[in-house]
Amino acid sequence: MTFSIYDFTSFTQSVDKFLYENLTPFWALIVEMTIIGLVVLVFYALVGLFLVYAERKVCAFMQNRVGPNRVGPYGIVQTIADLFKLLMKELIYIKNADKLLFNIAPFIVIIASFMAISAIPFAKGLHAIDFDIGILYVIAVSSLGVVGVLLAGWSSNNKYSLIGAMRSGAQIVSYELSVGLSLLTIIILAGTMQFSAIVAGQENGWFIFKGHIPALIAFIIFLIASTAETNRGPFDLAEAESELTAGYHTEYSGIKFAFFFLAEYMNMFIVASIAATVFLGGWMPFHVGGWEGFNHVMDFIPPLFWYFGKTAFVIFMMMWFKWTFPRLRIDQLLTLEWKYLLPINLVNILLMAFVVLMGWHF
Amino acid sequence: MKEVINLPVKNIEEEEYHINMGPQHPSTHGVLRLVVSLQGEIVKNLKPHCGYIHRGIEKMCEKNTYPQIIHLTDRLDYLSAHINNHAVCLLVEKALEIEVPERIKYIRTIIDELNRIASHQLWWCSFGMDLGGLTCFFYGLRDREHILDIFEESFGSRLLHSYYTPGGLIQDVHPNFQKRVKDFIKYFRKKIKDYDDILTGNIIMQERTKGIGLLTKEDAISYGVTGPSGRGSGFSCDVRKHHPYSMYSNVEFNEILFHEGDTFARYMVRMHEMRESMKIIEQLIDNIPAGDYTAKMKAVLKLPVGEYFQRVEAARGEFGVYVVSDGNKTPYRMKFRSPNFSNLSALDHISREGKIADLVAIGGSLDYVIPDIDR
Repeated sequence: MTFSIYDFTSFTQSVDKFLYENLTPFWALIVEMTIIGLVVLVFYALVGLFLVYAERKVCAFMQNRVGPNRVGPYGIVQTIADLFKLLMKELIYIKNADKLLFNIAPFIVIIASFMAISAIPFAKGLHAIDFDIGILYVIAVSSLGVVGVLLAGWSSNNKYSLIGAMRSGAQIVSYELSVGLSLLTIIILAGTMQFSAIVAGQENGWFIFKGHIPALIAFIIFLIASTAETNRGPFDLAEAESELTAGYHTEYSGIKFAFFFLAEYMNMFIVASIAATVFLGGWMPFHVGGWEGFNHVMDFIPPLFWYFGKTAFVIFMMMWFKWTFPRLRIDQLLTLEWKYLLPINLVNILLMAFVVLMGWHF
Repeated sequence: MKEVINLPVKNIEEEEYHINMGPQHPSTHGVLRLVVSLQGEIVKNLKPHCGYIHRGIEKMCEKNTYPQIIHLTDRLDYLSAHINNHAVCLLVEKALEIEVPERIKYIRTIIDELNRIASHQLWWCSFGMDLGGLTCFFYGLRDREHILDIFEESFGSRLLHSYYTPGGLIQDVHPNFQKRVKDFIKYFRKKIKDYDDILTGNIIMQERTKGIGLLTKEDAISYGVTGPSGRGSGFSCDVRKHHPYSMYSNVEFNEILFHEGDTFARYMVRMHEMRESMKIIEQLIDNIPAGDYTAKMKAVLKLPVGEYFQRVEAARGEFGVYVVSDGNKTPYRMKFRSPNFSNLSALDHISREGKIADLVAIGGSLDYVIPDIDR
């Protein structure tokens, strides 16, 4: 069993082989799934905590503030302290609320993001499951979250929540189109929906550089649409603090509120990972086709570093949007999608198909 | 044969429902309750319910002497506390026919304008936040802090100053006052460009405010909408121009008028007013004459029998004080004409047929301070 931070394939395969040699196939599968589940769960919690801290620091930086700096050095333990606070808070039950739906909603939201994270390649060989239709799977699964949001708003017996949920429904259903179509542009270029193949295809240049202007347009549209899909500012109409107090999660308290909160950050992480994987090469180092020496130097930087660096870059962009722009109005939001992004996207796909057909890409 | 019963079919899309915005709501800027009838997201009509912070200040005034009343006027529109104080002081001085020294007029005008800038800065913060741009809040507060520091140095308090007394000031300004005000003007001239960069020029902000909440000049006059909100509709109502008091007749400044009457016009009026206020301060700050900080006053002030009225231009509009005196040391009746109450009355008219988000933006542009409405 060899372990290398450049290539996890032999490590993961040897674990797999070890399990199958010592157990019956059924139990090996169970053990494997448990291990992966635990790893993803821990990863999920850690990334969530880190992102909350990062957002606080980034937002403080944008707003001339210091941000959390009391609990632990530079305030890094602040989010953990807040987590415990939320865990210990009372869960308030609302009169005349639909109890079953009310309790189920946060779990639907969190399960949707949980499922999406399992299909993302973190490094070579560090990949829970490599579907043939990876992108399709991630889009399908991540859009399940809206069901939870709608249920939360519907079952809370609160008009603000209901308005927030309805806005969120209209918003996610519309922007799902743009997310799908902008990814489709890259699928035309890559010729596959499999994440590992997409990353491998960017060995001599990331798709954002390979695909000329159409890829760049698709990247920008993906950034806008995915920010909208995760309900973050300037598209945070579902929460819209100044209008709807807290939107769909107004009535939630304690750990159930924390679930919504965590899911928001994880959705941000997921869309940033997809953007990093599909447009910026995922864990693939920065390569330029033909420059052997340069590529070799770049290979010394571990893939995990590349992956998290790119994801952090996209996340920072999304935070930058949130803390700079005012919020859109619901009709402007839908106008932006249906009248601008969607037509641009459709033309862009044609353009990309033409570029690929003529072989103009690098 | 079965009888067919025709039940009235309700068209859900045309049904209205009510939501209570407030008394606790992030965008009502205090304890104001708006009962909003909505059809989907569209505001059909709106009823403001006032009185959650009613303290009976007008009645309390009847039990207090004139120098004591000053402290109560701070608590009306707490963001333009100095200007409210000024109105009462001017009224008492007018009634007693006291000529205050030039120095006091200069200092009062400068501090009024600083107060106006501070108030507009806080309005800018909260307007940005109403639109969802949270960063604005910290930009505005950062700069407002400089003004509050100047205030704190000269008279020891940051929000409710009660610095003016009938006939003068409670104490002289701090020796650093002139230097710090000049430093602030220099600093804020640079920083106000940030305001334009982050909010005024933003396309989302312009889309959200242009053409929203239209208030015509006629409506502004009939609702009594004054101040920046009225001037955004082209209603020339600046008391500093039309009925000058203190030093306003001696300084050069423009009355900012916009004729669009929408939320963006009201926004732009305030942005320009901050610059005009700086212009006024610059003209006065170097020429403050030496002298006493108060005129000679009697120990007990008794206004002659009669009715008196004095108005000033507060940060949110025309602030009027009306006093009926029966010759005692306390007024027989005192009435405040608070700008926010009249401005709020136009809210229902201009936010109909808009979205909830528009209502929040319009409310932000009218810039109401609730204690001033309820008194």
